[in-house]
Amino acid sequence: MKMRHKIKTDSSDIALGNLVEVNDVTFGYSPHKPILENVSVKIPKGRFVGLLGPSGSGKSTLLKIIIGLQKPWKGTITFLGNNITDSHAYSSKSIGYVPQIESIDWNFPVTVKEVIGMGIWNKSGVAPWFSKDVDVMVGIILDDLGIYSSEFRNRQIRELSGGEQQRVFLARALIRKPTILVLDEPVSGVDYNTREKIMEILRSLNHDLDMTIIITTHDLGGIGKRLPWVICMNKRVIAEGDPLKILTKDNLLRTYGLADYNDSIISNDNISNGNTDNTNNNDSFTIPTKYVPPPSDRLKIKNDDDEI
Amino acid sequence: MSKRERFNNLIPSLLSSILPIHTITLLFLESLLEPFTYEFFTNAILVSILVGGVCGLMGVYIILRGMSYIGHGMSHAVFGGAVVSYIVGFNFYLGAAIWGFVSAYLINVITRRNKIKADAAIGVVTTAGFAIGVLLISMTRSYTRNFEALLFGNILGITDQDLAVIMLVTCVTAFFIFFYQKRLLFTLFDKETAKVYGVRTDMAELIFSLILAAVIIASMSSVGVTLIAAAIIAPAISARMLTNNFMKMVVASTIIGVLTAFLGMYSSYFLDSASGATIVLFGTAAFGVSSLYAYSRKLYQTHTHEKFIRHSHPHIHEGEHMHKHRS
Repeated sequence: MKMRHKIKTDSSDIALGNLVEVNDVTFGYSPHKPILENVSVKIPKGRFVGLLGPSGSGKSTLLKIIIGLQKPWKGTITFLGNNITDSHAYSSKSIGYVPQIESIDWNFPVTVKEVIGMGIWNKSGVAPWFSKDVDVMVGIILDDLGIYSSEFRNRQIRELSGGEQQRVFLARALIRKPTILVLDEPVSGVDYNTREKIMEILRSLNHDLDMTIIITTHDLGGIGKRLPWVICMNKRVIAEGDPLKILTKDNLLRTYGLADYNDSIISNDNISNGNTDNTNNNDSFTIPTKYVPPPSDRLKIKNDDDEI
Repeated sequence: MSKRERFNNLIPSLLSSILPIHTITLLFLESLLEPFTYEFFTNAILVSILVGGVCGLMGVYIILRGMSYIGHGMSHAVFGGAVVSYIVGFNFYLGAAIWGFVSAYLINVITRRNKIKADAAIGVVTTAGFAIGVLLISMTRSYTRNFEALLFGNILGITDQDLAVIMLVTCVTAFFIFFYQKRLLFTLFDKETAKVYGVRTDMAELIFSLILAAVIIASMSSVGVTLIAAAIIAPAISARMLTNNFMKMVVASTIIGVLTAFLGMYSSYFLDSASGATIVLFGTAAFGVSSLYAYSRKLYQTHTHEKFIRHSHPHIHEGEHMHKHRS
């Protein structure tokens, strides 16, 4: 995957059409206790969106409604202008979904190849085993994700590291050649380097292939702040837009319910990134339109680890 | 001398013509083949081989789904239905099937409210079904012998109808597993994503449950309701100890199921024991052996990296300090 840093303009005002539209959706798991209340979200083609919010804020639920795992009580979902609230006509082909890696039983006896092959289970023949074609496609996808070892695809998933697990799941989504990629907490519970690697892959998918990406995250400082577009949620959409514009004290208070959360998050993160001046956050002219790579301080962090 | 007896004497007589085998050896061989001279036994062996294979095959999916208990529960629940249909004079298989599906539905209804968990619901519903069977037996003493066979398995209790039913169930199961393998694997591994990617997971699970019920009912006469759960689980966990590869595991579990069922049924003839118990003990022995094998393999493969990293996996040594992971 080539990392071309072409700058794109914000496409929200350009008439590309919305890929996904969530209109006035209300949903809950138990009656009379809605988790989402009158949520409306529009996601244009090619956008990299982060759903931010604390645990239980309904961001994962909204994701599940978008991909058709849950049906809303009220409201509609359209995909490229077609109402798919009941039919979920798009779900079988154009969507790539990466679940939370915590939800997977990693002792399950399957190989990397089998997991990735699941992405095209209906296109790989009726035989119970995965064909040679799948093998070739798996090789290509893994190459793209920066895994070149040919024996990797025969490894058991229990032998993989956190970053490898996440990339295998990404490969299972990408082998479907999706137009929209949906990831539930892709970087929770992974270390700094893995997190940056995964975000780099997502960024380049968004950049180079113009793939629409939706992720959820509760990691406001590490990820949310650097995304090109965020939606702050707590039962309803609180704010939507560029993170540097909308992550204000007031919005964060309404999202997370903490008065000084804004200050602490932003200042802490700057310290951990080795960024001593606060000008970056106050400078409204450096608004990114796509994912912004972090100030490259990996070397420094590695040194810190070594000292410990 | 019947045709069958002549056939069974063929091998010893052929052997004795070629090799100078002692008469005692010949007699021993003859006595080993003796059970095959009885038609009931050939039926029983065929039934138990098919039951062993099907149970082994289903077992892999059941242990990976973490629902070993439902096999146990279902078999107990079905017992009530079997007893009722015996007493009423209804077809045994039909009665047991209806009863099984009703209890599966009840479990589903109770757990849907979320207040009571699945294991508790299975515990109540299926044991109640079993209790109804026991109650009816204790009220009508005359049937005791048949019901003992139903509980623990008995080679004398196997009929031509049992053979026909298990053949049908084996065909349906093999057909289903062959064409649904990928869907089942995907559903077991990651149900949510499977749903998103167009697998009809509810359908796959429903068909799976129905086939499981059919397998249990078909296995009742040879293994017995109280012991079916072990016949399903033992081959699968033995296979799990032997391999990490899913396809190999399915094949290994089926073979282990066939072997233990054959050995169990065969030795129950000589030991004059309950066939189900014998089969299950052979299955448990297979698990013991495979665990020992896995343990010794792990000891052999354990190695230390650098200073502190100590782990175990198949590897090839290359040079002094290099080693490569092997699939």
